[in-house]
Amino acid sequence: MPARGAGGNINSTQETAEAMKLLVPVKRVVDYNVKVRVKADGTGVETANVKMSMNPFDEIAVEEAVRLKEKGAATEIIAVSAGPTACQEQIRTALAMGADRGILIEHDGILEPLAVAKLLKAVIAKESPDLVILGKQAIDDDMNATGQMLAALLGWPQGTYASKVEPADGGIKVTREVDGGLERLQLKLPAIVTTDLRLNEPRYASLPNIMKARKKPIETLKPADLGVDVSPRLTVLKVEEPPKRQAGKKVGSVQELVEKLRNEAKVI
Amino acid sequence: MAVLVLADHDGSAVTQPTRSAVAAASKLGDVTVLVLGPRAAAESATKVAGVAKVLHTEDALYTNGLAEPLAALLVSMASEYSHLLAPASAAGKNVMPRVAALLDVQVISDIAGVVDADTFVRPIYAGNALATVKSADPKKVITVRAASFDPAAAEGGSAAVEAAPKGEDPGLSSFLGAEIVKSERPELTAAKIVISGGRAMGSSENFHIIESVADKLGAAVGASRAAVDAGYAPNDHQVGQTGKIVAPELYIAVGISGAIQHLAGMKDSKVIVAINKDEEAPIFSVADYGLVGDLFKVMPEFEAELAKK
Repeated sequence: MPARGAGGNINSTQETAEAMKLLVPVKRVVDYNVKVRVKADGTGVETANVKMSMNPFDEIAVEEAVRLKEKGAATEIIAVSAGPTACQEQIRTALAMGADRGILIEHDGILEPLAVAKLLKAVIAKESPDLVILGKQAIDDDMNATGQMLAALLGWPQGTYASKVEPADGGIKVTREVDGGLERLQLKLPAIVTTDLRLNEPRYASLPNIMKARKKPIETLKPADLGVDVSPRLTVLKVEEPPKRQAGKKVGSVQELVEKLRNEAKVI
Repeated sequence: MAVLVLADHDGSAVTQPTRSAVAAASKLGDVTVLVLGPRAAAESATKVAGVAKVLHTEDALYTNGLAEPLAALLVSMASEYSHLLAPASAAGKNVMPRVAALLDVQVISDIAGVVDADTFVRPIYAGNALATVKSADPKKVITVRAASFDPAAAEGGSAAVEAAPKGEDPGLSSFLGAEIVKSERPELTAAKIVISGGRAMGSSENFHIIESVADKLGAAVGASRAAVDAGYAPNDHQVGQTGKIVAPELYIAVGISGAIQHLAGMKDSKVIVAINKDEEAPIFSVADYGLVGDLFKVMPEFEAELAKK
C-alpha cells in the first residue's frame, strides 16, 4: 500500500492484492426488534432492561471487512466502539465475525456523530488504516452522519450508501445507492465507505469463533487519552411519541374501495 | 443573516423536496438557493416563492455531485449564512454532514419541524419518537425531511441570478458512471399518489400488476424493503426509514405487512389504503381503508374499476 496521504502516486496496476488495513467502527444500539417506548418524563426513550445489539448497518460493515480479508484484500481488521463499558459486547461480536482486535473508547453520556468522528480520527492517527467502513446510519439517532464527518475531518474521500466495494486501480471502486438508481465512484486511498442494506448479508458468528473471540485483545481508551472534547452540541429539550394514526375501516369489495376513494376521501 | 439552500434539480427545474427545504428555510431568514447545473434549473429556482437570490454555476466540477468538491464550495460560502440547508435526499445526506464537520458543527439531520433559529424537531428510532433539539453551534447545517414541509410554490418568486463562487477540486474521487432509471412516472418523494408492493408480489414480473395501476392513476411505484431485498424491485423504490420517506395524498400498500421500518416511511400520507390477504397484518392498523383479499385477484379488479366512469 502506498504511504497515506500519497495522493497521486498510487500504483495503477492490477496488483490490488497489496492488502489493506481496515478499521470498522461499531455502535451499541437498542436491538432493531425492540419496540422502543418514549419515557413518561419526555427525556428520551426507555433503554433500561432493553436488549442491545450492534447497529445493523455496522454488522454489514464488519461483514464487508471480513470478506475483503477472506479475499486477501485486507490484512487486519480493527473494530472500534465508543460508549459505555458494555460496548465490549458489540466489539466481541465483531471479533467473533472475524475482526482481529478491538478498541473501546470508554465514555458514559451522549456521543454525537461529530464527537465520534473526532475520536475515530484520533484512533486513525495511531493506527493508520487504509480504509474505514462504517454503517450509513445508526438506528437510534438516525443521524446518517459519522462516516461523512470522519471523511471531512481526515480530508479523505467518501463513498456513502455502498452496495458494492471493490479494490481497483490502487484505490477502491464503490457502487452507491442514490436517488433514481446506482452510481459508481473511484476513490483514492485512504478512504471512507458507508454501507447500505444491499452490500451483503452479515454472517452469524459460529460458536467456535465466539469462543476464539474471547481471546482476542481489546484495548481501552478514554476520550481524554485521545485529547478529544466530546461535549454535545445539541441539547435534547424533549422526546415525544409521534401522533398516533387511527385505524380506519375495512371495505368489503374493490367497488366499495374505489367508491370511497372517489367520493369520501376524494383522492382519485 | 441569510440562509443558504443547496438545490437538487433534474436538469431543468429544482425538485419538489428542494422547494420543501426552501419552505423550512423561509422560517429562518432570507433564502438564497445554490444551483449547480444547467441555467434552466437556476431559472426555475428564481420563480420559487420566498427565494430572495439564486447563486448559479455550471462548473463541471459539480456535475456529478461529488461530495468532496461540493463540501469545499459550501464551506467557502458559509461565512455569509446563519444556516445551510439541503433536502434530505441521497445528495443532501451525503454532503451536508461533511460540510458540518468542516465547520466544526454537529449536523442536524432530517428535520421535520422548525421551532426557532436554534431549535428543531427530528424523528429518531425510525420515527417512533420525535426529538426536539436545540443547537449550541454558531452555524447550523441541516437536512430537511421533505414530507414534513409543504413545498414552497414553484411560481410566484422573482429572484435574481448571480454567479456562485469558484471552488477548488480536492481530487480525491472521480465519477465512473451511473445507472439511473428514467421513468415517465412521477418521482416517489414528489408524487401525489404512491402505490407500493411488498414481498407478496412474488417476483419482479408481478410488479407489472402494480405498474399498470400506477399508470392509470398517474402514481409513482414504491416497494417495501422485503420486496427490494428479494430483488423484485430496484433499491431506489424502497419506502421506509432507511429508504425514501413519502407523504402523498394517497398511499396504496399492496401485499405489504407493515413492518415498523416501512410504516416510518409512509405513515404521514394523507390517505392510506392497505390490500393484504392477511387480515391481521399490522398495515391495517394505520390504513384508512383496508381490503382483505388476494392481490392477484384484487389488483386487476381495481384497475378495471378505475377504468369505469
